[in-house]
Amino acid sequence: MEVYPPSEDSELLLEVAMREISLDDEVLEVGVGSGFVSERIKGLCKFLVATDISPHAVKESKSKGIDTVRTDLCRGIKKKFTLVLFNPPYLELSEEEKKGGWLEKAVNGGKNGVEVMVRFLDEVKDVLAESGRILLVVSSLNKSIFEEIRRMGYTYSIAGRRKLFFEELYVLRIQRR
Amino acid sequence: MKRSLLDILACPVCKGDLELVVYEENEEEILEGKLICKRCNIDYPIEEGIPNMLPPELR
Repeated sequence: MEVYPPSEDSELLLEVAMREISLDDEVLEVGVGSGFVSERIKGLCKFLVATDISPHAVKESKSKGIDTVRTDLCRGIKKKFTLVLFNPPYLELSEEEKKGGWLEKAVNGGKNGVEVMVRFLDEVKDVLAESGRILLVVSSLNKSIFEEIRRMGYTYSIAGRRKLFFEELYVLRIQRR
Repeated sequence: MKRSLLDILACPVCKGDLELVVYEENEEEILEGKLICKRCNIDYPIEEGIPNMLPPELR
């Protein structure tokens, strides 16, 4: 298995995205993985393109008829999108859990699990329309993310939540302040 | 990739425009080819319909 399989976080993001999306939206999904979310929403908007850094994920996504670009987050994309989705790597892995490979990259969020999402929130500003919305999956274990979001000039609301055993997952709806 | 996708792609390093070279194309899309950034002198390959916008050291 080399691509992150659709899980509770994917389902939660899909559920919120289905409520949020409109036919006028131009949508970017960052870290598309298997394509689980994009496949189900691409017919519900004006335009959709997806990215992933993994060579395996982009092939799987492309095979589902999704316009897919292999890149790091949203680098090399120059359009302004009205809706950006991201189910990021949000775990802080222990040394034993770091097995390398593309699957680790899909889940390893660095220290406190927030390193990739913080870099995303910085870089996404280049491709987010002025009143564009971001739907970002975070975990209750990513304690510092709420403060980071405000520090980076955004506001957020909790658009969806799901309790798991040791954490709660949220989908944050984020906009420029 | 569809030809229209070219409009939304830029060099990930300098963010400049790219020049398209097509090796293989069907009615729908470009299957094999490359995107060239002349300023950075970097080629970004298009393989199996997927443009690879990673800089060479990350591929």
